Amino acid sequence: MADNGKTISELASGIKSGEITARAVVESSVAAAEKLNETLNAFLEIDRDGATKRAATIDSTSPLAGIPIAIKDNICVQGMQTSCGSRILGDYHPPYNATVIDRLLSAGAVVIGKTNCDEFAMGSSNENSAFGAVKNPWDTSRVPGGSSGGSAAAVAAGIVPVALGSDTGGSVRQPASLCGVVGLKPTYGRNSRYGLVAFASSLDQVGIFARTTEDVARVLEIIAGRDLHDATTADVPVPDYASQLSGDIKGARLGFPKALFGEGLDAEVRASVEAAVNVYRDLGAEIVEVELPHAQYSIAVYYIIATAEASSNLARFDGVRYGFRAEDAPELRQMYRKTREEGFGPEVKRRIMLGTYVLSAGYYDAYYRKAQQVRSLLKQDFQKAFERCDAIITPTSPTPAFLLGEKVDDPLAMYLNDVYTVTANLAGIPGLSVPCGLSAGRLPIGFQLLGGYWSEPTLFKLAHAYETAQPFTERPPVHAD
Amino acid sequence: MTNWETIIGLEIHAQLSTESKIFCGCSTHFGDEPNANTCPVCLGLPGALPVLNRRVIELGARAALALGLQINNRSIFARKNYFYPDLPKGYQISQFDQPFSANGELEIMTAERDDAGHPLEWRPKKITITRLHLEEDAGKNVHEGLPDIDRYSYIDLNRAGTPLAEIVTEPDFRTSWEAYDYVNHVRRALQWVGASEADMEKGNLRCEANVSVRRRGAEKFGTKVELKNLNSVRFMHRAIEFEVERQIGVLEAGGHLQQETRLWDERAAETRVMRSKEEAHDYRYFPEPDLPPLEVSDEFIANVRDGMPELPEARRKRFMEVYGLSFPDASQLTSERSLADYYEKTAAASGDPRAASNWIRTELLRELDAAGLTAQDSNVSPEALGTLVQLINDDKISGKQGKEVLHEMFKSGKTANAVVEERGLVQLSDTGEIDRIIDEVIVSNPSQLEQYRAGKEALFGFFVGQVIKASKGKANPKIVNERLKAKLSS
Repeated sequence: MADNGKTISELASGIKSGEITARAVVESSVAAAEKLNETLNAFLEIDRDGATKRAATIDSTSPLAGIPIAIKDNICVQGMQTSCGSRILGDYHPPYNATVIDRLLSAGAVVIGKTNCDEFAMGSSNENSAFGAVKNPWDTSRVPGGSSGGSAAAVAAGIVPVALGSDTGGSVRQPASLCGVVGLKPTYGRNSRYGLVAFASSLDQVGIFARTTEDVARVLEIIAGRDLHDATTADVPVPDYASQLSGDIKGARLGFPKALFGEGLDAEVRASVEAAVNVYRDLGAEIVEVELPHAQYSIAVYYIIATAEASSNLARFDGVRYGFRAEDAPELRQMYRKTREEGFGPEVKRRIMLGTYVLSAGYYDAYYRKAQQVRSLLKQDFQKAFERCDAIITPTSPTPAFLLGEKVDDPLAMYLNDVYTVTANLAGIPGLSVPCGLSAGRLPIGFQLLGGYWSEPTLFKLAHAYETAQPFTERPPVHAD
Repeated sequence: MTNWETIIGLEIHAQLSTESKIFCGCSTHFGDEPNANTCPVCLGLPGALPVLNRRVIELGARAALALGLQINNRSIFARKNYFYPDLPKGYQISQFDQPFSANGELEIMTAERDDAGHPLEWRPKKITITRLHLEEDAGKNVHEGLPDIDRYSYIDLNRAGTPLAEIVTEPDFRTSWEAYDYVNHVRRALQWVGASEADMEKGNLRCEANVSVRRRGAEKFGTKVELKNLNSVRFMHRAIEFEVERQIGVLEAGGHLQQETRLWDERAAETRVMRSKEEAHDYRYFPEPDLPPLEVSDEFIANVRDGMPELPEARRKRFMEVYGLSFPDASQLTSERSLADYYEKTAAASGDPRAASNWIRTELLRELDAAGLTAQDSNVSPEALGTLVQLINDDKISGKQGKEVLHEMFKSGKTANAVVEERGLVQLSDTGEIDRIIDEVIVSNPSQLEQYRAGKEALFGFFVGQVIKASKGKANPKIVNERLKAKLSS
């Protein structure tokens, strides 16, 4: 099964030339998923029959012909479950495909399964899944990051070359960093959210995991673009991302927000990211110091806006039409209460309560409105910064992967994991996490590139230049054959 | 006049006449199989997103302009959060602090009514409309007519996502009849511009009233009560009357009123508490993140305005000024746009706008009502009715014959001339022939003749009637009058 661990381009050229078949690629991917799931718990559903059937009918000229792909279990794929890592959805099977799924299928991709995640994408460690935590392939006593931990682990372990996640405050970039893969949160409005189960609508964006920037770019150009089913998608042309990767980056201005490299940042992570900055300097980039004065408020602002929207978005899980409904609740209010009491996990309940509180009469101005005002100021910070630079570099996560159970009793410490990532969601800008080495304990470390609206080509080019100069070729101990 | 003053504010929900729902492509057709017109969006399935139907903006703009509101160039959709089984998303997409349109001033005509319900004196009254905003309707819980209904409730989401315009006034009404006339005014205006069918029976126009009373001369408003379940304008009127009496009764007995929501029970003819202020929802409105702000350009508004018909009030005024109609007549003819159109065409075809008005208001409307039709479905075209009016004006047939002719025209769809010819209904204007009939009538009624000549002039009408009768209704009444007068006094 030598196909696992290959990139899209390697697989695609092999399939096109007839050297390998789509069926063989998909079967090997499914087999790896089944085998490694016992260790990793990365998949909530593996669709062996559907995937192999589909692989047999693939038109080999499609751009993603026969490419196996894993989908976070909060993105609707017809014929498969969508649990969002929650009990409350029961064995819900959506009757429609998310727009990004339709586009991937049209491009020839084969969905092999649905990946585990924190319940309703709320979490930074995957421990909030109702179906057990995902294990990090680099060290199974550690978290893969969250909330898209299953997708990150599936790519890191070589089960699939590419996977979709969702990123509301870092849920693609942080697990990408902790698992040693590339993870993109595109510009808000770049991808359709239709069929992505909403957590916080103004922050959510479907993101992509892959082992190389090139593969991320290949998938983005398939799924990006205006969708008539999502009024928040933008009518901005989708460039041919993958063909614009190479070329030197001499003269590129890389913003360095010194203030973000201070307190709370793990020393190894700092050293590793600063080394990456030096790589860029050596490649001819100009390093420019930038300030983001309001970034210090971003966690507070994020947890007000995200929970407010979540409290409303999750109201539909009421036991009336689909999913789980509590037994022994003959009266309506009782049924609502018991269903939501039994159906949601503690972190989801905490956020629903927070969000309900910040929107309630008498508190709206002090919390929600104020948070929106600070959000505007943060956007302005970035606008100003991007007048001086083409992209900003930061760590993706303040630490490498932490131990399972280490932070479960301290929600605040858990929330601080998102300190580098939430700004991109609040500002609506793209963010890309790129692996930049291992810690002494052989845990991956990643840096994050942030750019202005629609600057994905710039981020890809910078990331690709780094990958070429410093290829990350290490493989985790848990990996497909 | 009592010591109490009534204060009323109204909220109207009008369903906009779109083919499809406000945020998805499902049909708004009424009366289909339960849940036939649903999709992931209006079922509130996980992951589905709303997209605004452009037609809603146009009809909303028509409605706003017809009611004299200003349309905001930018408005914001907001989520109104509450739990109810007929509300699939757990929130209603509505508008809150930045509505589609606001600041309307509307002049309505209103009149108090006597005990028989007849208007006393019509007078103009200015009403301030606070806002008109756009929102989606909820579905319907079904509690009867289905299996195991004692153990289950059912939900029909066909109506969920139907577009509504919510129209809110200031507390400007001082009598229940003002409220009554306002609702009728709004209904007609919305129908007139094609924004809504505005049919209360079908539920596509719903009304809620905020009612309070205060002592005359007091500045502070009293405690208000919100009335719901007002399923017709008449119900609304009765509910307000009941509620005003109830509130005055409580206050005069030294009691206090609760701020609450009450339901009108038509069968019991009373209002009943639905929920108290303490049970009122905190809707936790916030801007709907799934929909961008609604931007409406001045050019768009101008286009909508240009595409609108002349509004009913303007038309009523013109009918009075140009055609010399009275206020009640002009009002009646502008009660519906198709009727006003019909009238203007008939007026032009007949060359006699006032006669056209009389014929339409009495004869034609009677025929239409009997057949359950509106003017636009009339079997008699305005041109045909105009010809009929002309025939009468030219003394070709009598007015009485005219009624018969119209009835036949309505039944068969034939023209006035065809019916007249078929029935040989040409009016008798030959003085020789009329004289001969008069002579016969006089001869056969000697005693009446005697009394008349003795001074009982009231008998003149008797002779006219006899002559017309003897002519089988064909004799021209004008000539009969002239000749008869001459003969009787000779």
